[in-house]
Amino acid sequence: MKGRNSATPIARLAERERWKAGEIVFWLAVASAWFVFPQNLVLATQVLIAGLFALSLDLILGYAGIVTLGHAAFFGLGAYTAGLLAKYGWGEPFSGLLCAAVVAAAVGWLTSLLVLRGSDLARLMITLGIASLLYEIANRATSITGGVDGMQGVEMGKLFGVFGFDMYGRVGFVYTFVVVVALFVVARSWINSPYGLSLRTIRESATRARAIGVPLDRRLVTAYAVSAAIAGVAGALLTQTTQFVGLDVLSFQRSANLLIMLIVGGTATLYGGFVGAALFILVQDRLASINPVYWLFWLGVLLILTTLFLRRGVVGGLLAWRQRRRGIEPDEGTA
Amino acid sequence: MTTTLGVLFDGIAYGMLLFLISVGLSVTMGLMRFINLAHGVFAMAGGYLVAVLARRYDVNFFVALPLAFAFGAVLSLLLERALYRHLYKRGPLDQVLLTVGILFVATAVATYLFGSQQQPVVLPEVLQGRMVVLGVELSRYRLFLVAAGILLTLALVFGLERTRFGARIRAAVDRQNVAEAMGIRVERVFQATFAIGGGLAALGGALGIDVLGLDPNFAQRYLVYFLLVVVVGGPGSIVGTLIAALLLGIADVSGKYYVPQIGAFVIYAMMIVLLALFPLGLFGKRSAR
Amino acid sequence: MTAILETRDLCKSFGALQVTQHVNLTLEAGARHALIGPNGAGKTTLVNQITGVLGPSSGQVLIAGEDVTRMPAERRVRRGLSRTFQINTLFAHLTPLEAVAAAILERERESIGFAGRWIRGVSHRRAQLDEAQALLDALGLGRDSGRLTHALAYGRQRILEIALALAAKPRVLLLDEPAAGIPEGESDELFAVLDTLPADVAILLIEHDMSLVFRFARRITVLVGGAELVTDTPEAIAADPRVREVYLGQGKH
Repeated sequence: MKGRNSATPIARLAERERWKAGEIVFWLAVASAWFVFPQNLVLATQVLIAGLFALSLDLILGYAGIVTLGHAAFFGLGAYTAGLLAKYGWGEPFSGLLCAAVVAAAVGWLTSLLVLRGSDLARLMITLGIASLLYEIANRATSITGGVDGMQGVEMGKLFGVFGFDMYGRVGFVYTFVVVVALFVVARSWINSPYGLSLRTIRESATRARAIGVPLDRRLVTAYAVSAAIAGVAGALLTQTTQFVGLDVLSFQRSANLLIMLIVGGTATLYGGFVGAALFILVQDRLASINPVYWLFWLGVLLILTTLFLRRGVVGGLLAWRQRRRGIEPDEGTA
Repeated sequence: MTTTLGVLFDGIAYGMLLFLISVGLSVTMGLMRFINLAHGVFAMAGGYLVAVLARRYDVNFFVALPLAFAFGAVLSLLLERALYRHLYKRGPLDQVLLTVGILFVATAVATYLFGSQQQPVVLPEVLQGRMVVLGVELSRYRLFLVAAGILLTLALVFGLERTRFGARIRAAVDRQNVAEAMGIRVERVFQATFAIGGGLAALGGALGIDVLGLDPNFAQRYLVYFLLVVVVGGPGSIVGTLIAALLLGIADVSGKYYVPQIGAFVIYAMMIVLLALFPLGLFGKRSAR
Repeated sequence: MTAILETRDLCKSFGALQVTQHVNLTLEAGARHALIGPNGAGKTTLVNQITGVLGPSSGQVLIAGEDVTRMPAERRVRRGLSRTFQINTLFAHLTPLEAVAAAILERERESIGFAGRWIRGVSHRRAQLDEAQALLDALGLGRDSGRLTHALAYGRQRILEIALALAAKPRVLLLDEPAAGIPEGESDELFAVLDTLPADVAILLIEHDMSLVFRFARRITVLVGGAELVTDTPEAIAADPRVREVYLGQGKH
């Protein structure tokens, strides 16, 4: 029963919150793509953006327990906001991100009233419905969004007035990396804070959380809005680095792919989303171009097998394995 | 005036189809609290079976329909036994993930077997063309759909209210543990209900080729609609599902006819409003486990 | 002496079924009050109305004279009302330390600044963590404070229920069948815990285990069919023929 690790519970808590060497190595490794894969920086940027998007979902799904099928709504809102700003003359990147975050957060806040009431099922429906609604709007409003063909004419200004977004994605990669790391640090602190702890109590038992005085509704609304904002930034990054907005940013496929990335990587681990995104995008890059039908088939099979047998995902599974080796019961259950 | 009636009638026919396909989903969701996003796959399977039987093997449409039902029932049972039953105790997220996976696999398989184009329609002659009813010219086929829908609704309600099996289903929905204590084999009830629900969905899919179309993306495209009908009507309630399906059918058809710019929009807006007012659905039951 | 907890003419019906009928309960500070009654008497329903999980059909609930009838459950906790649940309702994948700390941090959230609540990690809140560990130690859960809740033995989980309720430093504590599932005669550990509860906290104990009730309570209310049959001292209740009749074949003395 007692493990080899004999630190006090408080010390173990502190240990968990501290930045580990492995985490620093992870981010350095990601940064090193600049040197190691200079030809594939565009792909690396895609991975980072998808990872950030998955992180935003992890915050409400993995940590607060809210199941949503329509997170693409916020990704798309951010993408289109940044696109519209750039198209109509305002090409400054950072303010574009900020506007995207604000728009996504506002819609997240407004819709949270609907999303957080009702059962799991109603919630699934409403999130799916809102995303579908936005998809339809974007589809029809061709004059604004470009509809199915996508939004052209997105011209980004220079970063700090100096660095222009180049064709090889070099500036885009650095820009994305910096933004993603910054937001990651913020998210990590937030999850480890008392606020984050209260989210986890809500996930584990809403009744009990209320019974210890947690103002459930307020906390979830805020968490949902923050998650929406981060998803919006991810969408905006995609627009800015590709200088294009496709209708698929709002699609069900994007929401579903997101769930897959997060589950395969591992929920409630903060890094799961990035690992899942990397695996997903790299494999998709290879397979989908060969045969999209095969890709969809194996994706489905992967999802089924993961749900049945590998529920903790890659990162979650690794963490659990390491803890079992130390004789501790595995931490942090699944969502 | 006749156009209004015509649109209304089309909406009702469309609603009937939605009902047929979704009623199985409603009962299994209400009964087992199992979120099955792959329900549309059964409808798709029924549709493809009938299309293949009619085109390649020249099977009569009316003969193919019960075969579609059987096919859907068997398929549901297989899926339930092999995959679904492992997740009854797990949360909604796991169920969503599993069924989305099944959805992807089914879409891929359908594309592989049948190609990505729309399946052509296979209506028998007796159902083609129009008929004049009460001074209004209506599509024969849609009349058939409405009639079939009413018949099946009556059969379902009768089955639920009057037969012993129906009583068992109602008992299991209301209080599962008490039903088990009384000797009702709830697991068997689940399976049978699942099979019937899948069979009805397949039947709906087969009937709906003309109205809903049929291609490999069918299950994904109509997912929102089926879930919508179930959630708005209230999971577990047949009457609720019927009313929700009719409402949505009429709203969708009228929306697309009268304000084509924002056609599909109307459905989602309506859903959001209805769910905001009735979070448990129009006739939602809280099933106690 | 002003009552710390009071229900005034509390009534609740589900359709034609009346589950709570004109209940007037009064607890002053430091009360040791037990609520007993046969199964289905509506004890938990009453507790749910007091804590705000359920809204009454009519009547009032007051905490220290303040009408909280319309107040949601989480705000009543801030007013000093805590409860335990009859069925373990715990945070399965958190440790007892995290759970109790969460409750304490919630209690003190006003005094912790924005940075302390949103940015700095929980491990920085040493005062609250030490308090949490101390509370768990006092209740005999100290050694288990770092294990996941779902791994704890059932009896320990029952005690954790109480720890969570105490973390909020309540003025009124509602204990809903704390001995539920614990075999007759093994409730000594539980009673020891109850004995150490702060003297100024008003405690309402709902229980079936009569040995526990009679050792613990200074006043007992008997609830039958949602209505108050009698409220009196334990001796009077034990001697009351009406109570014996209600419990015929059910009482364990």
